[in-house]
Amino acid sequence: MIRWLAVFAVFPFLIPYEGLAAQVLTYGLFALGFNIVYGYTGLLSFGHAAFWGLGAYGTGIALAKLGVQSLWIGLAAGMGAALVAGVIIGYLCLRRRGIYFAMLTLAFGQMIFFGAFHMSQWTGGDDGLRGIPRLPLELPGIAIALDTPLRLYYFIMAVVALMLLGLKRIMDSPFGAVVQAIRENPSRAEACGYDVRRVKLLAFTFSAFFAGVAGALEAIRLNFVPIDALYWTTSAQVVIMTLIGGAGTFFGPFVGAAAFLLLQDWLSLVMESWSLVIGLIFIAFVLFLPKGIWGTLLVWLGRRRAAEAPLKDHA
Amino acid sequence: MEFDGYLIASQAFTGLGLGVIFVLLAVGLSLIFGLMGVTNFAHGSLYMLGAYFTFTLIGLTGNFWIALFGGAILVGVFGMATEAALLRPLYGRSSDDPLLLTFGLSLVMVEAVRLIWGKGGLELNTPAELTGAVDLGFIVFPQYRVFVIGLTAVALIALWLFLTRTNVGLIIRAGTRDPLMVRALGFNFNAMRTAVFGIGAALAGLAGALVGPLGGVYAEMGVNIIIESFVVVVVGGMGSLLGAVIAGLVIGEVVSFTTLYAPKFSHLAVFVVMAVVLIVRPSGLFGEPGMME
Repeated sequence: MIRWLAVFAVFPFLIPYEGLAAQVLTYGLFALGFNIVYGYTGLLSFGHAAFWGLGAYGTGIALAKLGVQSLWIGLAAGMGAALVAGVIIGYLCLRRRGIYFAMLTLAFGQMIFFGAFHMSQWTGGDDGLRGIPRLPLELPGIAIALDTPLRLYYFIMAVVALMLLGLKRIMDSPFGAVVQAIRENPSRAEACGYDVRRVKLLAFTFSAFFAGVAGALEAIRLNFVPIDALYWTTSAQVVIMTLIGGAGTFFGPFVGAAAFLLLQDWLSLVMESWSLVIGLIFIAFVLFLPKGIWGTLLVWLGRRRAAEAPLKDHA
Repeated sequence: MEFDGYLIASQAFTGLGLGVIFVLLAVGLSLIFGLMGVTNFAHGSLYMLGAYFTFTLIGLTGNFWIALFGGAILVGVFGMATEAALLRPLYGRSSDDPLLLTFGLSLVMVEAVRLIWGKGGLELNTPAELTGAVDLGFIVFPQYRVFVIGLTAVALIALWLFLTRTNVGLIIRAGTRDPLMVRALGFNFNAMRTAVFGIGAALAGLAGALVGPLGGVYAEMGVNIIIESFVVVVVGGMGSLLGAVIAGLVIGEVVSFTTLYAPKFSHLAVFVVMAVVLIVRPSGLFGEPGMME
């Protein structure tokens, strides 16, 4: 964990520009949240754009339309919107499993997209929500203006680090173990006396919450919410990131978000049809590297460790 | 609002024209899902490909009919090649993997079509023999739309006869019920999967080719309709062909009438119908509970 925070701290100096580094953090957090549902619980959601987008719009509307004068309250509005939507959508979609679940989440995501599209007096409709002010960060006794890209980056990093700690606590708790037990064998988990549906709903809600926080941060970062934030292609993007990074591993989604965004940034400079290349890479990952970059690396490191210390392993 | 019988009749017919396109897509999706357990995210892209193939074939042959059926058949062949090359390695893995793969494929197809045919939309002309209007007694309706509805009906009846009256159809239906048993009886399940994927792809290609003259041909034409087709399949009940037909027609009417009376609501209405159906009947109108999960 400490090592990762150290990486984040120097990250903006390693890549082309700070904005991209901050984007990796927000999308990384989004993918991390998505991973709770897909990687840990084994439910493929194709509607996570809803939570990311509601987080972004919740914060954006509070700051730009309702005139909220505190960054924290603005962020909280986005988180709250995502959380509430997570409970409702989760409750309805978790009635079904497997492919049905994927399609249901997709459909609810689109429902929210079209809803936002038509409520243009609040959301800006097709043009997106413009004019979100970047309020100063208020801490006890001090107010810091987030006026440089680097300051903004470190603010986002601090929030993301807090979320990472929270998520780690959740996944290391007995609840985290039950969630993974459900992924491996839902019937057995049920037979052991766990209320599978309630645990799934809780996991889904956590996931929605993290995605919402990520979306809220993205709204602050861009001062703008594009309507595409809610479109299903955004849901698909987070699926790609998580899978490329390594579903079911803690940091895999971050690795995936970084790989995706850096690749996209570079490809879109050199060619027009960059999404063709991303699509081909994604297909290759599904076929040949389903554990993703980080997941494969972990397996590989694990094997090496096992080879170096065979006695200890067999003891 | 004043009650206008003529308007309602013509709107209902427009809805039918839209519904049959949903039906063509949903029947293929449902068939593929039923036999193979594959959620084909690339179905919308196959639909789009059908329109492009037909466009190119019209340029080559100058004949709409050859282009229409040729386009559909080519999409079918493309689908079979895709299944054999990309999906076959994934059988036996998580049921999410084919969905993810076909999603990646749809990204690639949209972008590849843009590279080959250009970014702008193309226009498909309605064939000369179908440009007029036809008087159906109670309403006057464009000939081409009547033709689309008629041709879909013929295609569905042909599919139904194939599935219920031929030996191959019988084996395919058996395969959707119990794949393991069909394999144990010594049938070539791989060939069946390829064939079914090809049929589904060809139906999607036909739908796209038929829509071409009505809505234009463009690379993103499959992006929205795939979601609506999923909704149709979920409402009808996954793997149920009858469900796909009825749900497709219902959704077509829902879209048509909300477009008339509450245009802002038309995109949402589809999802509201789905949410209601799933709350009342979680396995869809004709789905068997617990199947395909």
